Amino acid sequence: MSLVSTLTSRIGRLLPIYAVLYVAFLYLPILLLPLFSFNDSKVLGFPLTGFTTKWYGSLAEQTALFDALKNSLIVAILSAIVATSLGTLISRAIAKYRYPMRRVSHTIVMVPLVMPEIIIAISLLILFLGIGLGTTLFTVILAHSLLTIPFCVSIMTSAFGQFDDSLEEAAIDLGEGTWGALRRVTLPVVAPGIISCLLISFTVSFDEFILAFFLSGNSPTLPVYIWSQVRFPAKLPNVIALGSLLILVSVLFLLVAEHFRRRSARLTTKSE
Amino acid sequence: MIVTKETKTGLLLSAPATLYVLLLIAAPVALTIAYSFWTQDFVEVRREFTWANYAEVFSDPLYRTLIFRSVRIAAMVTFLTVLLAYPIAYYIAFNVKKSKALWLFLVTIPFWTSYLLRVFSWKIVLAQNGVVNSALLSLGIIDAPLDTLLYNSEAVVVTLAHAWAPFAILPIFVSLEKIDRSLLEASKDLGEGPVRSFLRVTLPLSIPGIVGACLIIFIPTVGDYVTPALVGGSDGAMVANMIQVQFGKANNWPLGSALALSAVVCVTIAACIVVGALKLLERSLK
Amino acid sequence: MDTPIAVNIADVSKSFGQFEAVKNVDLQLKQGEFFSLLGPSGCGKSTLLRMIAGFEDPTEGSITIDGREMKGIEANHRPTNMVFQSYAIFPHLNVEENIVFGLARSGLNKGEKRAKANEMLEKVGLAGLGRRGAHELSGGQRQRVALARALVLEPKVLLLDEPMSALDKKLREQMQMELRALQRSVGITFLMVTHDQHEAMTISDRCGVMFGGKLAQVDAPEILYQAPRTKQVADFIGGMNFIEGQIGAHEGGSLEIDLPVFGKVSVDEHGVSERAGAPITIGLRPERIHVEKNRPEGADVFAEAEVVDRAFYGETIHYYLALNGRKDPIIASITNFERREHFEIGEKVWSGFRGAAAVALPQD
Repeated sequence: MSLVSTLTSRIGRLLPIYAVLYVAFLYLPILLLPLFSFNDSKVLGFPLTGFTTKWYGSLAEQTALFDALKNSLIVAILSAIVATSLGTLISRAIAKYRYPMRRVSHTIVMVPLVMPEIIIAISLLILFLGIGLGTTLFTVILAHSLLTIPFCVSIMTSAFGQFDDSLEEAAIDLGEGTWGALRRVTLPVVAPGIISCLLISFTVSFDEFILAFFLSGNSPTLPVYIWSQVRFPAKLPNVIALGSLLILVSVLFLLVAEHFRRRSARLTTKSE
Repeated sequence: MIVTKETKTGLLLSAPATLYVLLLIAAPVALTIAYSFWTQDFVEVRREFTWANYAEVFSDPLYRTLIFRSVRIAAMVTFLTVLLAYPIAYYIAFNVKKSKALWLFLVTIPFWTSYLLRVFSWKIVLAQNGVVNSALLSLGIIDAPLDTLLYNSEAVVVTLAHAWAPFAILPIFVSLEKIDRSLLEASKDLGEGPVRSFLRVTLPLSIPGIVGACLIIFIPTVGDYVTPALVGGSDGAMVANMIQVQFGKANNWPLGSALALSAVVCVTIAACIVVGALKLLERSLK
Repeated sequence: MDTPIAVNIADVSKSFGQFEAVKNVDLQLKQGEFFSLLGPSGCGKSTLLRMIAGFEDPTEGSITIDGREMKGIEANHRPTNMVFQSYAIFPHLNVEENIVFGLARSGLNKGEKRAKANEMLEKVGLAGLGRRGAHELSGGQRQRVALARALVLEPKVLLLDEPMSALDKKLREQMQMELRALQRSVGITFLMVTHDQHEAMTISDRCGVMFGGKLAQVDAPEILYQAPRTKQVADFIGGMNFIEGQIGAHEGGSLEIDLPVFGKVSVDEHGVSERAGAPITIGLRPERIHVEKNRPEGADVFAEAEVVDRAFYGETIHYYLALNGRKDPIIASITNFERREHFEIGEKVWSGFRGAAAVALPQD
């Protein structure tokens, strides 16, 4: 008995240490990128040789990078808008109405989340080439919207699910029409959810590689561009500098998205 | 009257997303299935039904090895990820009192940074003059850098276990968090030791979370392309890399389709086995 | 002399598919009264309220508010405002913005709206809290904001849907008295839906009791309590003992009834028209039953009984009395005043009542 209890108390003490080590395991590899991005050597290894910002400076000379960045921004913004709109509409239906096929369509829109991306990629490639769409940024936008709809649906069904229907009735009771209630109450209340959908879809699309790899044709997105650079050791320091910037942007985006998600939770939580 | 109006609005609002997903999932998958039964004739695709592609996938040792290796690596990744993540989920659910949200946020941030770059950073960690080797060298544990760290299936497993961490932590945390704390007290009250009450109460009740984690990790891992391509070398290559070759250089789409669909079938079977085994474990623990 | 009618509900029915939620309800609300619709959940009271508000259309019948037929008039154009069960405080707006929400089309300028909001805040006891965010409010404060937001539009009728159900017991009692006082000060007709009979009785001028979509009785609280028209109403409002008997004879406004054990007793006719020999039930409030060690002097009828159980409530004590030839015990509530005689379980006592204390109830 005492053996067991010392064992468990020891496990109890070890858990926090394990937690810290685990978080280090999660973060250390990623933190290497910014570390090496300031290292004055083309070789990505230890020991470090000196501090430099030249890898960041030379990023500016790469026009292909800026084209890829522009492509990625176009794709991420447009697919975020498409996925958020489609996801918001269906989530409102799922949360508010009872109608035939409700659960079936809910399941259908979540499917892209559980399909291996390589399968989505090749089958979309077959489809798009088959119907003569070719591979362009447009096809990447279609694919990324598909991929991010499930994220939007899970955020918005929870936002609308928490939404107290009597808020809309109250707005109507106080003199607003259906559109007025939507504009003055429903949309402002779920707005944080919509914003966090936009941000998360944007982030997912901005980082997505496989679908873009197969479907972007002659207009690479940023990850596809990075992939093409990874093969050339001479380009690696540049890639790392770029990667560090991207990580910084992603984390900032995520912090903003999290802020809005929490606000959404606070606004829509029904009062007891 | 009211019913039809509600039905109409509901269908109207859900139609765009549903049709969009159906159109971009069902139609292409159907086409892929069709392709897998056709043959490539240089640049033309001959649309005649044949089993030849599947026969090739299962008879050619190269393809067979790739598929089975993909499933094996995915299973190892799943196991390792869940094993490493469980104590963290447990820690956040039971030991962390005030800052649970902060901890959850902390473990999910890495997931939102570029996947490509996360995998790439492991290349730096495991490289010949990378972090691991430099550390071991400076500690005097080894004399010369190990060159066996990179370009094998172990490198793929470690990298992916890192990449999927939040996918394991979150579902397990949710299932642990749901456990009624009075159950644990009751178990203690009935004279169960902490180890036994973990095995008899906590673990069985967290199995739904484990099942969720396994599925959400296993399925995408089998089809992973980036990790084997970057850190796998030829020993760590997986089926997605070959699918890409068939759709790229080799230009044999029918074979690539058959390969992809065979992989999906294997994933489904393997996933069913894993879920079934966990369900059995759940029952035997109860 | 008659007070004008604020709301006239004429033969209103409402069905959802096969289910009839409200059946042929006729009801007039007088100008300036506090009226409660009382009934168990699912009795149709909320549906009736929502039809008045305009959130549901009656399947049949008509609703007129202030003399105006409401058919075809949407909720946003009706002279009614509602306090929702959840209060439905807009979470993205602060208290003042919530209160002036409905004044958007009033043509008032910012300053005038603010003045109105402040006036309402004063009235509901929230002066100075206009800047508070919605999520910073307590349950009681939310209710006050909901009231202010609805009353600022000066509706003909204020509709309240279970307004107290979100509050704890102590706060509920306090808010009941405040609500009553607020209603008197603004003079607007209040229509409240509640399942809590105590609440309805304490606040209202009149109550309507609903069962299964039908309005069973409309009366002042005292009359509902003392002279319920049906067994259901009698049972729903306060405790009631039912004793079955037989009509002996009608004698100029009173009925002679044959009761088992107690014998013949004369009670008020109370609209019962069945002829002699028909079965009848009388209702008897627990506090109207005498329990004495010796044969009670003040009672018209009496019988021997045995105390089978008792429950102590502080100001009263309930005795469960078994009578010969009766399956269920009758319950007597005895005020716990000083030097009151107490009885033990198993003790033989006398129970009795006066005919005037019993109410004759027609068979359902």
